[in-house]
Amino acid sequence: MALDPAAIRADFPITCRKVHGGRLVYLDSAATSHKPRAVIDAITDYYERYNSNVHRGSYQLAVEATEAMELARNKVAQFIGASRDSEVIFAKNATEAINLVARTWGRANLGPGDPVVITELEHHANIVPWHMLTAEQGIDLRWIPIDANGHLDLTDLDRLLDGARLLSVAAVSNVLGTINPIRQLADAAHEAGALMMVDASQYTPHLPTDVVEMGADFVAFTGHKMCGPTGIGVLWAKSELLEAMPPFLGGGEMILNVTKEGFSTAAVPWKFEAGTPPIAEAVGLGAAVDYLNGLGMEQIREHEVALTGYALRTLNQRYGDDITIHGPTEPAERGGVLSFEYKGIHPHDVAQVLDRSGVCVRAGHHCAKPLMRVLGCAATSRASMYVYNDESDVDALADALGDADAFFIE
Amino acid sequence: MPDLEDLYREIILDHYRNPRNRGELDTPPAVRAEGFNPLCGDEVIVYVRLANGVIDDIKVGGQGCSISQASASMMSATVIGRTTEELHRLNRAFKAMMSIEPDPADDPAPINGNGADIKLGDLEALKGVVKFPVRIKCATLSWHTLTQALDEAQTPA
Ligand SMILES: Cc1ncc(COP(=O)(O)O)c(C=O)c1O
Repeated sequence: MALDPAAIRADFPITCRKVHGGRLVYLDSAATSHKPRAVIDAITDYYERYNSNVHRGSYQLAVEATEAMELARNKVAQFIGASRDSEVIFAKNATEAINLVARTWGRANLGPGDPVVITELEHHANIVPWHMLTAEQGIDLRWIPIDANGHLDLTDLDRLLDGARLLSVAAVSNVLGTINPIRQLADAAHEAGALMMVDASQYTPHLPTDVVEMGADFVAFTGHKMCGPTGIGVLWAKSELLEAMPPFLGGGEMILNVTKEGFSTAAVPWKFEAGTPPIAEAVGLGAAVDYLNGLGMEQIREHEVALTGYALRTLNQRYGDDITIHGPTEPAERGGVLSFEYKGIHPHDVAQVLDRSGVCVRAGHHCAKPLMRVLGCAATSRASMYVYNDESDVDALADALGDADAFFIE
Repeated sequence: MPDLEDLYREIILDHYRNPRNRGELDTPPAVRAEGFNPLCGDEVIVYVRLANGVIDDIKVGGQGCSISQASASMMSATVIGRTTEELHRLNRAFKAMMSIEPDPADDPAPINGNGADIKLGDLEALKGVVKFPVRIKCATLSWHTLTQALDEAQTPA
């Protein structure tokens, strides 16, 4: 059954609020999604009914909190097709999950001249940790270029992967919407003897995720873009890798034993979860997964393909040559992220004008400055869509966009 | 919500469309400083040449939103021919108009008065920016960058 965005909006309390006296038209879900009532309630319920620390107390509340947290891990594992719950590590966000891999696996396994391959369309979260390893350990950072349509240009893939230790790629670009051929890349990486990491931050919220099908060794994503709370992200990795990797942060929860002489680490996944974990956030993420399963990930994807098609048609018909929408032109090849330029008006000014009509879009470099340079612009406006958006939101964007002319077009 | 007309005043849009003192200067004798607004990618480059404590020439480069670029243009038109002491007072008065607390590091030289006695002239048009707090950084970027350039110019080599 197709999604009913009007009914879905009723699940999201924030959609009731007014902005500047009018309806909220939220088109920035690529930055963070709204939260359904079920997620907000699950978090409140934890604090109101069984707030306590996990893996520590033997009393009833602590047992409930520990169970709730581990149940959330189980839900996430099933949601992404992981074969074991212990392969799901809770981190602060996707950024921390990627840094965890760079700091632990990377430090232990990479040395001077070891190639790590990324792409030109990465988010800074999948660039800067590797720049840091370049500075500290002299790794050789290589870049897969993009073509004029915003797809990866794989012409030189074999050469780039020659000798590589790791290929790390966003499954969906947060600027262009491009869906990358992850399985093909993973197979090529493995052929070349490299491991495959996937930044699924813009994928898991929008498409059915199967980490085994992807052929990945590491997958990182973030809770707040998939109806979950802020403060929680996930690193999934194959058990053998997690077993062999050194710990990340040191402290409570991650140890088996501590003496004056040293320490031994707890079992995976706790080995990588030092300190009191984000318990309420994990519970909230579990509720988000339930909520998304209730809608159906296939249905979500179908809805977004249709809405993206409508947005591309509407904006192009209405504004023709006055608008440039970056990225693939086929809705089936992309996510619901539309980065655009309008009549050369600066995106910051476009976003300011749109705000007057309650239309929320993001303006800027979207944490992808190397990509901006390749696109030849310093910034874009970005409208991004999710389960609660429908054609009326696209129409509101299209209507308000023309208002910018009054100020900027003579 | 505040009116967009308060933000996008005609004089601001005029400076945006027809920026004054656009270009570069030879370094040395001029000094160059670059300012970034990491949030939105606005970029301002300031070249400034001093002669006997007076801003002898100034050129501005970079790219960004209407507010950042118009503010840079208006700043260049205002400070040319002024002494560095006047400039520090203008800077302070401008920041005050933007509701920014004075930062002692911004104007290390002791200054008489609080800057209230100095006329901001055309710069007053940027007052409406205060009603749009996110844009204050756009308006002040060029002033930060100019202060940076002057610091460099006045540091003995
Ligand atoms: C592709 C991609 N990777 C990584 C991130 C980082 O997510 P977070 O800031 O939650 O760590 C984002 C979101 O901003 C993203 O879009």
